[in-house]
Amino acid sequence: MSWLDHRTGIETAIRNFLYEEIPASSGWHQVFGSIAAFLFLVQAFTGALLAFNYAPTPGDAYNSLRYILTEVTGGHLIRGLHHWGASMMIVVVVLHMTQVFLYGAYKKPREATWLVGVVLLLLTMAYGLTGYLLPWDNRSYWGTVVATQIASGVPLAGPYLSRLLGGEGSVGVVTFARFYGMHVLLLPPATAVLIALHIYLVRKHGVAPAPGDEVRAKKKFYPQQAFKDTVAIFIAFVILLVLAIAARVPLERLADPTDATYIPRPDWYFLFLFQTLKFFKGPLEILGSVVLPGMAVMTLFLIPFLDRSQVMRVTRRTVAIGAVVLAVLGWTGLTVAAVVTTPKADNTVDIDFGAPTDWIGLSPQELAGVGYFRKERCATCHPVGSGKPGVGPDLSSRAIRKSAAWMIEHFKRPEAMVPGTSMPAIQLSDTQLSSLAAFLLKLTPKNADALGNAPDFAVNAALLYQTDNCGACHTTNGVGMKIGPPLNGLARRRTKTWVAQHFENPQALSPNSIMPPYRFSSREMDDMVAYLFTLPD
Amino acid sequence: MPTAPKTDAASSISRRGFYVGIIYGLWSLIAAALSIPAAIYLLIPPRLRKTDEWAEAGDISKLEPRAPVEMVFRRNRVDGWKISSEKTTAWIVKFSDSDVVAYGPQCTHLGCAYHWDDKRNDFLCPCHTSVFGIDGQVISGPAPRSLDRFQTKIEHGKLFLGALGPAKEKS
Repeated sequence: MSWLDHRTGIETAIRNFLYEEIPASSGWHQVFGSIAAFLFLVQAFTGALLAFNYAPTPGDAYNSLRYILTEVTGGHLIRGLHHWGASMMIVVVVLHMTQVFLYGAYKKPREATWLVGVVLLLLTMAYGLTGYLLPWDNRSYWGTVVATQIASGVPLAGPYLSRLLGGEGSVGVVTFARFYGMHVLLLPPATAVLIALHIYLVRKHGVAPAPGDEVRAKKKFYPQQAFKDTVAIFIAFVILLVLAIAARVPLERLADPTDATYIPRPDWYFLFLFQTLKFFKGPLEILGSVVLPGMAVMTLFLIPFLDRSQVMRVTRRTVAIGAVVLAVLGWTGLTVAAVVTTPKADNTVDIDFGAPTDWIGLSPQELAGVGYFRKERCATCHPVGSGKPGVGPDLSSRAIRKSAAWMIEHFKRPEAMVPGTSMPAIQLSDTQLSSLAAFLLKLTPKNADALGNAPDFAVNAALLYQTDNCGACHTTNGVGMKIGPPLNGLARRRTKTWVAQHFENPQALSPNSIMPPYRFSSREMDDMVAYLFTLPD
Repeated sequence: MPTAPKTDAASSISRRGFYVGIIYGLWSLIAAALSIPAAIYLLIPPRLRKTDEWAEAGDISKLEPRAPVEMVFRRNRVDGWKISSEKTTAWIVKFSDSDVVAYGPQCTHLGCAYHWDDKRNDFLCPCHTSVFGIDGQVISGPAPRSLDRFQTKIEHGKLFLGALGPAKEKS
């Protein structure tokens, strides 16, 4: 016995844990509990890391999350792991429950293990509900508004619940603080204790045997089953890592309680509940929001007491299999219906606020320059911000900075300014070339990515803005004339429909306006209005 | 699936070795894939995307030459995810229309606010009696170095101040 073990007993404890006897039938179907426990640890770890750079108050929460995503090194990955880890947690917990259910592993004497498991499922969902609010973007805000409205509709307790959550279906600082407290202070220790209890119960009763196990020799958990658990955990982790690196985590604009056009939607795993609500109108709504989900949870709790039959081979548990198939079909159907029937918001502007949005501050002339830069495919020879060397020089480098006049001459006759260059002349008008030069003057190594992120709708609108010479009357981002009103802050003064109608017939809406009408294609109109509404106040 | 019955004990030992090797290997990979990004996240300072801008201190065209004035202005300080506008002061000395110096408002000894003493024609710190000349150099007292200076820029008679840093020592 080693020195350490003599003093702490740790090695014996680990050995006892690993050399647990398990039934001969144990195998790959029992790996999900381990994956769920592992994912909980990943969530706790990444959550703690996020807390190092997160300010838990509305407004600041959003800004600090954007700071994590755009400025903190590795912040994008840590947030990705936490976000996708939450979704995977739900998937894995449900798979774990399904396996236990199909194999009848909840039966006597393992009822308590099942009950603790159901509570853990509810806790997992509570994380999802409370964590959804924490980014404080439009998506979180409106999703939580719906959730708190549902809570306020609960019979008898409703008004009390809604006061507890910060007021009549409203979401503000109180709601935020409570959700945050739940999410990071109350739920994690509760989960840890219940997971410990859950594992203790599994150990106490042993892993559930299948019919036939009683005559076969038991085996040890380590190393064969531990190997299977490890491989399964590793696969889950690789999926999580790939999602965190490759898939975009949504971050919309800052929560806007006055945004009447926003269509709230919960996270994907709650969509079936969201859809169930639509079937019940008026006073019956309570059925969909509280009664049915409540009954479902009660049924889950009661399963071990409703089904008291002998353990059977899984292939013969036709009723259980039928129940699972029905549940899967029901869930899928409701989720698909929710996705299909939710109208696509007419104003969906695809801006990734998880990435830097420096382009929002560019003048329309500079932003149009981005358009010419793309149209003329300048990036094939001058990669910008990617760090890769190209045929031509890196245009974001300060070392080669030249005046706008020099650049325009160079664009027209490259050879005249740089003898021996292989650059072709750019066939654009003087206005267009000066726009390109203006954009290049704004480019630095720091903002190269951010400016390259400019979405097409904004670039197209800026090109249009330049063609139609809007700047001759209006100011945008501090550039332009002041004959007409400034276009920044338009989003606060007018609606999108108003602006669109105003383009077509200005005098119908503002009789004294000297603005000429503009005939845009519907695509152009969408881009233009979306762009104007994106401008900072 | 019965395997070819070789020496049963030997094959079960090698299989065990395989299991244990995979277990250690995969857990090491997971630990590395979590701890390396975590270390990067916690230990590498964030890249500063927003930099301090120039703040307008005020009109200096009417200032008397070699008569220090304390100017109060607001500047934006970038602090993580927050940009806060804060009130700052600077002692401005105009030597000529193109040569204007802006000193940071704190004594370089222990950070007390000093002031210009008209009678002595010196900057005087009330805490430990450090004295600085109009050029910011230490004349007497415990101050270890000349007064700190803001970067300056003059546009159309208006003074703009940049970052505050120690004065470059004259060689």
